[in-house]
Amino acid sequence: MSAIGQAMRRKEDPRMITGAARYTEDIQLPGMLHAVVVRSPEAHASITRIDTAEALERDGVVAVLTGEDMAGDFAGGLPMVWAPAGVEIHTPDHWPLKRGEVKHVGDPVAVVVATSRHIAVDAAEDVIVDYDPKPVVVDPEAALEDGSPLVWEQFGTNKVHEWAISGGDIDAQLAEADVIVERRFENHRTSGAPIEPRCSIGEIRGDKLTLYSTTQIPHIARFVFSGMLGIPEDQLRVIAPDVGGGFGAKLQTYGEECLVLALAKRLGRPVRWVETRSEHMTTSHHGRDQVNYVKVGAKSDGTVTACQVRIIADLGAYQMLLTPFIPELGFPVMGGCYRFPAIDLHFTGVFTNKMCTDAIRGAGRPEATYWIELTMDRLADELGMDRLELRRKNFIPKEEFPFETALGIVYDSGNYHGTLDRLLENFDLSEFRAEQERLRGEGVYRGVGFSTYVEVCGLAPSRAVGPQGVGLQAAFWESANVRVTPTGSAIVYTGTSPHGQGLDTSFAQIAGDILGIDPQNVDVHHGDTDQGAWGWDTYGSRSLAVGGEAIVRASQRVQEKAKRICAALLEAAPEDIELADGKYHVRGSPDKSMTMAEISGAAHIPPNELPADIEPGLEESAFYDPENFVFPFGAHACVVEVDAETGKVTVVRYVSVDDCGPAINPMLIEGQVHGGVVHAIGQALYEQVVYDEHGQLVTGTFVDYALPTAAEVPPLETDRTETPSPVNTLGVKGVGEAGTIGATPAVAAAVLDALSPLGVTELDMPLTPMRVWQALESAGSGGAA
Amino acid sequence: MITAPFDYEAPESVEEAIRILHENGEDAKLLAGGHSLLPLMKVRLAAPTVLVDLRKIPGLQSVEQENGGWTIGPMTRHAALQDTSELGVVARAASLIADQQVRNRGTIGGSLAHGDPASDLPAVLLALDGSVTARGPNGERSIPAADLFQDYLTTTLRHDEVITEVRLPGLEGYGFGYQKFTRRAEDWAMVGVCALVSRAADGSCADVRIGFTNMGPTPLRATAAEDALRGGQLDDASIRAAAAQAGEGTDPPGDLNATPEYKRHLARVLTRRALEEAVSL
Repeated sequence: MSAIGQAMRRKEDPRMITGAARYTEDIQLPGMLHAVVVRSPEAHASITRIDTAEALERDGVVAVLTGEDMAGDFAGGLPMVWAPAGVEIHTPDHWPLKRGEVKHVGDPVAVVVATSRHIAVDAAEDVIVDYDPKPVVVDPEAALEDGSPLVWEQFGTNKVHEWAISGGDIDAQLAEADVIVERRFENHRTSGAPIEPRCSIGEIRGDKLTLYSTTQIPHIARFVFSGMLGIPEDQLRVIAPDVGGGFGAKLQTYGEECLVLALAKRLGRPVRWVETRSEHMTTSHHGRDQVNYVKVGAKSDGTVTACQVRIIADLGAYQMLLTPFIPELGFPVMGGCYRFPAIDLHFTGVFTNKMCTDAIRGAGRPEATYWIELTMDRLADELGMDRLELRRKNFIPKEEFPFETALGIVYDSGNYHGTLDRLLENFDLSEFRAEQERLRGEGVYRGVGFSTYVEVCGLAPSRAVGPQGVGLQAAFWESANVRVTPTGSAIVYTGTSPHGQGLDTSFAQIAGDILGIDPQNVDVHHGDTDQGAWGWDTYGSRSLAVGGEAIVRASQRVQEKAKRICAALLEAAPEDIELADGKYHVRGSPDKSMTMAEISGAAHIPPNELPADIEPGLEESAFYDPENFVFPFGAHACVVEVDAETGKVTVVRYVSVDDCGPAINPMLIEGQVHGGVVHAIGQALYEQVVYDEHGQLVTGTFVDYALPTAAEVPPLETDRTETPSPVNTLGVKGVGEAGTIGATPAVAAAVLDALSPLGVTELDMPLTPMRVWQALESAGSGGAA
Repeated sequence: MITAPFDYEAPESVEEAIRILHENGEDAKLLAGGHSLLPLMKVRLAAPTVLVDLRKIPGLQSVEQENGGWTIGPMTRHAALQDTSELGVVARAASLIADQQVRNRGTIGGSLAHGDPASDLPAVLLALDGSVTARGPNGERSIPAADLFQDYLTTTLRHDEVITEVRLPGLEGYGFGYQKFTRRAEDWAMVGVCALVSRAADGSCADVRIGFTNMGPTPLRATAAEDALRGGQLDDASIRAAAAQAGEGTDPPGDLNATPEYKRHLARVLTRRALEEAVSL
């Protein structure tokens, strides 16, 4: 039986749920010191004095260092890697410890190293820092106005960059439109908030440095940090042990990671830094924070003509790894599932005195899906058309795939009518409408919202995204090394390491099937730059579609060699050897067969019958650079109930149909959809990173930053269709972000549908009780008690 | 998330606890369930130098009924209150505190002594006209709920006093309601309303008590709404009229989730709902 397609239980779970996993903070090294970072309480200020004398006097304190003290430890600052041709991106110096000025609350100004973390925390309170406060700006649109306080005076503006892309004749298509809908949307700031905060340990042995870190990107971290430290790459090893969630917050090269390396080098001892939850909320990069001005045109019959969007992105105070690129990352699907003949996009990045934004789950695509889907609803209302009819009319039909959009992007595959049809089989809309009407009579307000999304993932074809393409200074292929041991187990090395997705399981299923080995005997290795395959790490729902394909190819090569060995030993032709039911046998002679263990035994201890031209061993590698992205899609429906007196929104039902191609492991897909949808419900209803007008963070703990819990989420009704991608052998597409990308507009639209009899037509997320109540008050429908 | 250094004591009698408190002055704090104090210490908003843990003192966990009233040991966990349905509104309010893990550790004495107006039990004690018994170096005294809560996180308990029991009057014949408004199930109340109603023989309102959670620096009684309802009919119109007066004269602090205006609105809605709940029982 094929392992691919089975809902196999996660191989990694027994160790993870019994406390036997090895997270970075579990690592204890002899003589390890503990670092605590002294951070700015000011949002914008000059540092006028740092007095470390008292902290140094405390017993157990080994070092207290400032940005100036460590100026010689770094050959370069923290990088930003997007350099599109012909575009100027203002990029200030960004050091692990700040020198001279701080630009946001939490900016690191000094580090205390001590023999215990407790001592280091106490000593950090002894460090006296004097600040001369400077004017603060926190609103991105205000930051663009003349006379705004400047985050960086050297640039003379808070504008970071502008970038634009256009396809089709936007002016003509707008002129053709009978109806034009315009709206402003806010996609507010959120946090990744993984259950495991960040932790980094720097170790030195001789001249070899090792970084253990909670990172999604050990390989990228190695070349970034070796460069920052001015050492050759061979002198730095980066290990990502078990990682307890990332959601993009660990797709970053953080100052603290390089700091523990510099400290280990300086002090000759291992140094560990552990992030507190408040530090995570303050200084792990945030996501979203965009204002979108959307203009969509359509003919009176509903045919869409033009999509024009101006995006203002609050990037915070510095540029981190991908900061200015994240809003643009969604551009290939800005236009959604719809056949727009013209699309015109313009992006403006803005500095503010806030933490930097960067990739958080979905990264650019949830923002886009939100405004596309809510605008389609509005357009339908303006046209007097049914909202789903308008979508169906404009969906790219499945016969037209691969489909080239107005922007020249080729959607690989799709069947948008199919997922919507399946959704409506699982969700009886007319029954809901009848119930909705009946409940309204009782003063109960329920609403349904729909989202039909397409997303772009499987990052990425290197030529399209790299230096001569979109301009990222990197490539995005993946590699794998597959080795069969003498007794027939397999070791798979992959360049992409999981942070919770279950790759140990899905990759074992893939390699096991191709090799003829039980997936339980396939051990998947990753996350260590000194072992196995080089890679470009995990993000952008790429691990399966790119990393998985590299494993397919390496495994196929091993299978080919296994067939040659088997053929030689069974005196048959290699092309006559078939793999079935875990055995390699001669076609037509099922009794003449060998197991992989027998073949691998012969490969490692070659018998005389094996021809000398077959090399010993059984191990192959493959590199894979995809020719195109993959484009998962789906249709979601959310039902909410709104308490019209208090404004409180409760999600009462969630029904989804996603299409990420053929399933490798349906249970893992379901888990990803669950997590993704709940993440989106969080953004729509609960979560928001809030700064006050002075740049002080208001939501520094999980009391104020309201993540949804199991009590807030109904059972999710998930379903799938399977439309294979032509891009890779397995036809697979990523699913780690799809739920987050698809779900926010469904939730928001459901609230608007519930409130439609009460005159509320517009609401910005998060749809908190007070915000909904205020909207009801403004509409004159506020519930009086 | 690391506390400032502190000493730890776990005395085996109330007298011993009082002595340690007395000797260490304001720097010593009692530790009961720890679910209010320890988070404050972890973010260093509180930094007592001595923690006096009550866990080893026998006899502080009990729920007993005598002479129609209730005597509850101060170390009684919220979970035990939740499971004692005869406690009526106390059991109901306890069941809505945070999540089950917190309810397994948090205590009634700790919650009352902490004096957080956003906690549920202070307003319930106030509405019930309950009291606490406090023992200090100079003996024992009873503090009625109306005199206990002084200001935000401040009670009239002296620094060297220990709550030894919580007393609740018997409320035979009272219906009750507790309405807690939160964004998420586990959150502190944005606003909470406790209502108790008893009927006269003719069906009219013999007595009504309404307590507010998180409508000011201390738990409050909604006296205007109580007065409006007491002695009148318990019909829909009079409940609405009384609830419309709830929150009058209050000045709740605004926060991230609610302006004072919104909190007053919630107080009116929740008072009506709590009264409806109480009357239907």
